[in-house]
Amino acid sequence: MASPPLIELRGISKRFGGVRALDDVSMSLAPAEIHCLAGENGSGKSTLIKIISGVYQPDGGEILIDGEVVDKLDPAASIARGVQVIYQDLSLFPTLTVVENLFLNTYLRERRRGVDWGRGRKMAKEVLKRLDVSLDLDASVETLSAAGRQIVAIARAVLADARLIIMDEPTTALTGREVARMFRIVRDLQAQGIAILFVSHKMREMLEISERLTVFRNGRKVAEGPIAEFDERKITRAMTGRDLNTGRFVAPELSPGTTPRLELKRVGIGKDVRDISFEILPGEVVGLSGRIGAGRTTLAKAIFGLGQEVTGDILVDGKPYRPTSVTEAIEAGIAYVPEDRLSEGLFLSRSIQDNAISAALDGYAPHLWIDRKRARDETRAMFDDMQISAPGPDVPVSTLSGGNQQRVVIGRWLMTDARVLILNGPTVGVDVGSKEQIHSIIHGLTRDKGLAVIMISDDLPELAANCNRVLTMADGRLTGELTGDALTEDALETALSAETEGEPA
Amino acid sequence: MSDTKTAASGPDVRGTLVRASGNTNVQLGAICILVLVAMTAMRPTMFLSSYNFESMAFFMPELGILAIAMMIAMLTGGIDLSIIGVANLAGITAGTVFGWVAGEAGAGSLGVAPVVLGVGIGLLVGVLAGLINGLLISGLRITPILATLGTGQVFIGLCLVLTGGPAIVGFPDPWTWLGNGKIAAIPVPLILFVIVCIGLSLLLSRTSFGLRLKLIGTNPKASLFAGIERGRMIVWSYMLTGGLAAMAGILLSARTNAAKSDYGASYLLQAVLIAVLGGTNPAGGRGNVLGVALAVISLTLLSSGFQMMRVSNHLIDFVWGAFLIVVIALNSLRRGRGK
Amino acid sequence: MRLFHNADVLIALILVVAMVFIGLVNPAFWQMANLFSLLKANVVIGLMALGVLLVMISGGIDVSFPAFAVAGMYIVVRGMVELEYDGVVIPFLVATLIGALLGLVNAGIIHKFNMIPLIVTLGTASVVRGLVLGGIGTSNVNINQMPDALIAFGRTDVLTLERANGTTFGLTAMILVYIAAALVIHLLLTRTMIGRSVYAYGADAEAAKRVGFNTGRTMIFVYCTAGALAGFAGLLHSSMIWLANPRDFVGLELDVIAAVVLGGASIFGGRGSVLGTVMGVFILVMIQNSLILMGIDTTWQRVVVGGMLIVAVAITALRDRRALV
Repeated sequence: MASPPLIELRGISKRFGGVRALDDVSMSLAPAEIHCLAGENGSGKSTLIKIISGVYQPDGGEILIDGEVVDKLDPAASIARGVQVIYQDLSLFPTLTVVENLFLNTYLRERRRGVDWGRGRKMAKEVLKRLDVSLDLDASVETLSAAGRQIVAIARAVLADARLIIMDEPTTALTGREVARMFRIVRDLQAQGIAILFVSHKMREMLEISERLTVFRNGRKVAEGPIAEFDERKITRAMTGRDLNTGRFVAPELSPGTTPRLELKRVGIGKDVRDISFEILPGEVVGLSGRIGAGRTTLAKAIFGLGQEVTGDILVDGKPYRPTSVTEAIEAGIAYVPEDRLSEGLFLSRSIQDNAISAALDGYAPHLWIDRKRARDETRAMFDDMQISAPGPDVPVSTLSGGNQQRVVIGRWLMTDARVLILNGPTVGVDVGSKEQIHSIIHGLTRDKGLAVIMISDDLPELAANCNRVLTMADGRLTGELTGDALTEDALETALSAETEGEPA
Repeated sequence: MSDTKTAASGPDVRGTLVRASGNTNVQLGAICILVLVAMTAMRPTMFLSSYNFESMAFFMPELGILAIAMMIAMLTGGIDLSIIGVANLAGITAGTVFGWVAGEAGAGSLGVAPVVLGVGIGLLVGVLAGLINGLLISGLRITPILATLGTGQVFIGLCLVLTGGPAIVGFPDPWTWLGNGKIAAIPVPLILFVIVCIGLSLLLSRTSFGLRLKLIGTNPKASLFAGIERGRMIVWSYMLTGGLAAMAGILLSARTNAAKSDYGASYLLQAVLIAVLGGTNPAGGRGNVLGVALAVISLTLLSSGFQMMRVSNHLIDFVWGAFLIVVIALNSLRRGRGK
Repeated sequence: MRLFHNADVLIALILVVAMVFIGLVNPAFWQMANLFSLLKANVVIGLMALGVLLVMISGGIDVSFPAFAVAGMYIVVRGMVELEYDGVVIPFLVATLIGALLGLVNAGIIHKFNMIPLIVTLGTASVVRGLVLGGIGTSNVNINQMPDALIAFGRTDVLTLERANGTTFGLTAMILVYIAAALVIHLLLTRTMIGRSVYAYGADAEAAKRVGFNTGRTMIFVYCTAGALAGFAGLLHSSMIWLANPRDFVGLELDVIAAVVLGGASIFGGRGSVLGTVMGVFILVMIQNSLILMGIDTTWQRVVVGGMLIVAVAITALRDRRALV
């Protein structure tokens, strides 16, 4: 390579309090390269982005841009060097129009005082043409689809003369088709000389789009190389640090005719999910797999009473059940562990006990008065069941590690008489050791309490190793089922990529 | 969010929280004693006189109950700017009813039974007003600030409509006893205040109702996933706030033997100040009755001291406002350090 | 921009319907004298509303401006009386400056400590009112003490008409001041980066910071402008009524906030226009002033204003919720 790397990091370290977020990390990005940065939550990816964009200053190491050492990289300097970050939340202004969202950045960078709407509109038109997309320039951004917003964010970065665009989990809210369109745009950008750094934990997407891959684990770089050297297995191994789990979960034998814990008959939810029928027996762990936007979360939330317009029939233990509110879902014995533990699952500043009894308050306070002794005793029992390590039930949940927090979220449902447990991303952001313990706890629950579990996960090895059955979904429908010996990671991968290829680009 | 962040902030957060919850009340207690000592040192004979303490015991409960009402609205992350309107409306409605019942004879002559009815009506007015606030906030999803700013005006407006402007005077004797009487040498308002404090303290810390309010204020989204019916709880909490405001209004009109649309206008700011000073987080999730009670005691001592030193009432307004800003600034700095 | 236009069109429609309705109930509404006095009543509330509009677009709320208006008015008038100074330009500059400085205090506290604007402005309002009443005085400055130049300025008419009986009535020239201020704020909001930063901050404060807006400067712009407008409007008010009352403007915050919300500003920030606000002010003042014309007792005034505020916020809340889906 004749030209120096666009950005080179040498021995970067960063600590927060006692925790090493990044430990002696080196990596480099070539101009017009599509590079993927992979790693589980908490592996240091976000910290690295913030160092490149100048938000954090590293404690050690040096940053080179165009071969020159940059002493102090602050956000303005980073932007001036052509680095643009598109965060997961996109940082757009929802009440403002597309035009304005596009030109504000540029005018800011040019340090303008006045606003030239005519010129702004021309710039907006040009950049959208350059990306070969069409958008209503006068629509306010809040009225756009997730994909439309994503395009506005990309266009804004391009307008800011980006040479490197960092995209943090860009596909989270997109459907398969929208992902394909975004990848097309990304390749166009590359052709125009812009480098892209994808930050993601979705392996299939990484393999599809990137040229080089860097994998982080626990703040260290654990693998790097051209994408051809990787396959999903290798990436997973690098990301999780554990070998592929070859174990398999086998559901208990039940006498024929056992009433299913949960039965769905031709269930539809609004326009997004159609014609879903399946049943889950006591003791089963059934995986639900599919791309983002396939309707997995929509379906799970609807069963938990958080959907609109549910059609068809749902039966819990043979009894008809209409999911109209979370309260009723809990009463019917449905439990749901949400995707985003911190924002949807926990009351961070409250104690473990308050969190534990939060979903079963009527049980602990049948007449308004909380039975504090019972609440305490049962929280302690839950501690043991979930193997939570904490000084006691009165410490705030915010002081626990991710793995222990997730145990509180799951354990909370042991305090209700849950019979169907829906886990949406049960081990996201949980360290490896904790992950396996959580899996074995879940299996213990199905064995001892006859729970039926639905497990939603993007982590294919997790599904293959911990479910006795996996249902695949695409475009709001069930597309298949893998069970017994047929349930392998490879088979799952094949099933999912078949769907992708079947989709029009 | 990442593990790293949580873990990194772990020890700090724990320390801060323990310190924040335990220490606020200790600090407040210390402030009380400090103010007491300072005032005593400056005006020993006047300040320590039993007359002074007694007069404080008569007017502090109104303010204390209003501050507790404000604290309850703040627990879910809201605020209630209509409490003064509700308080006056309760007193005026009761006074108007007394006027009708007594007719020509004059309300002063009424006995205990009509007064019990009047108290019932006053509290009902408060609860209904709170119901309206709650429905506007949870049903129509109007922000609490604007909803209660609007309803507050409507309530004050209704006061004007009912009275035509001037104050209603001449309440029945049993009514004024609520504001001026004594049981075993203890002022009745003080007794009522203590009962309210104990009752609400238990309600907030020992019942599912209280825990639910705090959980909603801590994380509204997570409360949805825990099956807490947020809308209904918010309506209940504003009804409780309204009922307490009405109670304060009853005590106010009983103490002064009069009710008017613009009585107690300065109480609004003081209620916010006391609630915040007492450790309530205006963003929701945190608040306790003991803290509010200590805050109201220390501010009442301070205010009585100022009056004794002949500081003008207007400068006291200045001090309250400045105090409010200093307190929230300190809280904000403390939170900032915990981050 | 389209959304804004739609909101403005809707408000204009409400305005026309309300005018036609009031005119039908009592045709006296359409008399020139009544319309002129309506316009006159728009000036002070309108100037303050422009400031509150800025605050609401930025996603905040301000209840301190009536206190700032009192400070601007009373300090300046008392100062003029003490110094026996008679003039117009310098007093208005000073009143504006007083308001702006107080606004700076709001901005500083809100930005520096990242605190809820309502509670901060409740506090500063109490501080300022306490200082004015406790430190400067509690007595009114009446017409016989008021500086002549101020009175003369306040009674300037831009247009004078004659009634059938020979008496004359006029349209106050202060309406020109109001229109000029509205125009300036409109241009600031739509044509300058600092104006757009207010919208950006209100739409998403975090995002505004990330794209590189100096949000501290935005806050200073918002609260100083709001304070300056309040200080100016305060003095203008006293020159128009020939009286400086240090207890004036109590409860005015509600009328002004109601007008701004009526004018389509979002209660969640990021949305609002000067044209809408001017119309909102007009609707509010018109309805307040027309209660008597419509045969409704004035004791109902506060109920009506409070009710209007509730209805207006309910409608905008519904609109903004729909837009979010």
